[in-house]
Amino acid sequence: MTSARSTLRLAALAAALALAGCSSTKLDTPPPVEDRSQGGAGAAGATDANAGRAGQSGVTSVDLTKNNSMADDGGSNVVYFDFDSFVVKDEFRPVVEANARRLTSDRKRHLTVEGHTDERGSSEYNLALGQKRAEAVAKSMQLLGANESQIESVSFGKERPAVEGHDEAAWAKNRRAEIVAR
Amino acid sequence: MPSRRSFLTMAAGLAAAGAAGPALAQFRVEISGVGATQVPIAVNRFRDEDRAPQAIAPIVRADLERSGVFRIVDANATLDETGSPSFSEWRGKGADALAAGSLTRLADGRFDVRFKLWDVVKGADLVGQSSAVPAADLRLAAHRIADTIYERLTGEKGVFSTRIAYVSKAGANRYQLRVADADGEGGQVALSSVEPIISPSWSPDGKQLAYVSFESRKAVVYTQDVATGMRRPVANFRGSNSAPAWSPDGQSLAVTLSREGGSQLFVMSRDGSNVRRLTTSQAIDTEPVFAPDGRTLYFVSDRGGGPQVYRIPVGGGAVERVTFLGAYNVSPAISPDGKTLAFISRSGNAFRLHVQDASPGGTARALTDTTDDEHPSFAPNGRLIMYATRAQGREVLMTTTLDGKIKARLASAAADVREPVWGPFGR
Repeated sequence: MTSARSTLRLAALAAALALAGCSSTKLDTPPPVEDRSQGGAGAAGATDANAGRAGQSGVTSVDLTKNNSMADDGGSNVVYFDFDSFVVKDEFRPVVEANARRLTSDRKRHLTVEGHTDERGSSEYNLALGQKRAEAVAKSMQLLGANESQIESVSFGKERPAVEGHDEAAWAKNRRAEIVAR
Repeated sequence: MPSRRSFLTMAAGLAAAGAAGPALAQFRVEISGVGATQVPIAVNRFRDEDRAPQAIAPIVRADLERSGVFRIVDANATLDETGSPSFSEWRGKGADALAAGSLTRLADGRFDVRFKLWDVVKGADLVGQSSAVPAADLRLAAHRIADTIYERLTGEKGVFSTRIAYVSKAGANRYQLRVADADGEGGQVALSSVEPIISPSWSPDGKQLAYVSFESRKAVVYTQDVATGMRRPVANFRGSNSAPAWSPDGQSLAVTLSREGGSQLFVMSRDGSNVRRLTTSQAIDTEPVFAPDGRTLYFVSDRGGGPQVYRIPVGGGAVERVTFLGAYNVSPAISPDGKTLAFISRSGNAFRLHVQDASPGGTARALTDTTDDEHPSFAPNGRLIMYATRAQGREVLMTTTLDGKIKARLASAAADVREPVWGPFGR
């Protein structure tokens, strides 16, 4: 994203805010937003597609959801879970091993584990369940030699589904932990 | 001076009337259900309200109907607050109470809003008011009239001029924290983000909102001044920071932090300092909510296997389990008098709003027959619960009376709306 385009977006936003009744806080130019647009051509395409529909609301034109292409390459950095469970099943051992190796081979490297749940239940309980999933994966990597300080465990709960849908097929794809480099 | 509901005659046959249909299409109020005893009231259109930017009577009718206490009787007479209504005629229409008024544009551009409430059965004035307001406050003036009518006829404070906050989601990347009137109208954006916003919580003085923002790609708790937009992160520790709940004195926040592993409850000063851990389990402890006396914290824990509602003294101490219905109970809310607990209970794949006594082992009652209920929040007079649910494929906000009989769907734009929290009295 060019700085000219982002400046234009901010100007449009400032105009929108000036019209708002009560003070409306826009989360403008947090440095992470700029950093993450390096998601590549795919992200830029989504950006342009959204800009026309978004009108004055420049925020919609920045797509942060799929900033980690590694998570999309067939799941080599994703662990899936059973309902209400945070147990890392054996079939995902290769994922844990590969990522533990990334950390043991380079002690300056950091990874973040992002835990997720399906949509059922409260946002906060699911946030905590996603946190447990993230921590379970982190713990598995630590048992294989990674340092605790190299991993941060966070959770999105049910807020960032990988698949929209209200059936078990969708839910199963959303009960996951993603290992990402930030 | 008598002002109770029983003051007015109520015919049992009123209950036989069918479910009230949509009050007025333009306000998108959809009300369903019939109360056992409802006061029939006629709210006549206010003289000249059609010439004003905002009509008053439709808002008053919708407010009174949503409360579940009133049944609206059609009224379209030529009458204002200075008139002498023919009480026998209004009795003939089935009304026990009658309100009428006027809306006059003043020379300075403001509007003079006047109304009067009559007891049709006794044939007497009950109350009259007038106020001059700018056009921007016409909705609020209507809500205040509804409050006055409600208070005069029930003896309890009305909640129609209170505010709510909620989160709206439009598409995958557009989240807004919005503040609106209690009927869902007049929504204003407090925060826009490309990342999720969850768990808004009103400060007891109604001036601030605490919430969780994922703008830095993890859960962080912020507090924000609603009028000025000034915001600050108050919990941004390693891992996830969430579930903010204000203490009744407004000085503390209870939060869920994962900084020491897992999800545990902490209490801290409202600015994020003086962080003290409250729970010490190996389980998930989250969704804290203070009892109105500020001494007890209700929360959700799965220390017994599945999530249930528990409570603990704010200063620490014995944890006591409160819910026993089924295997999954979350999202506690406590009524303003501290006596009733609302929560979401799962049965199979259905998540449904329930209420029970706030003390352990009370009998739980389901209030809905929908299957995707979330996030209950009590009105400050304790007479209504607002919650989120799914209807026709969309996420919507609803209110229900505590007996589950009268439900109303709140106005909302096309976006999905969720996480409602009812603000306090006083604006």
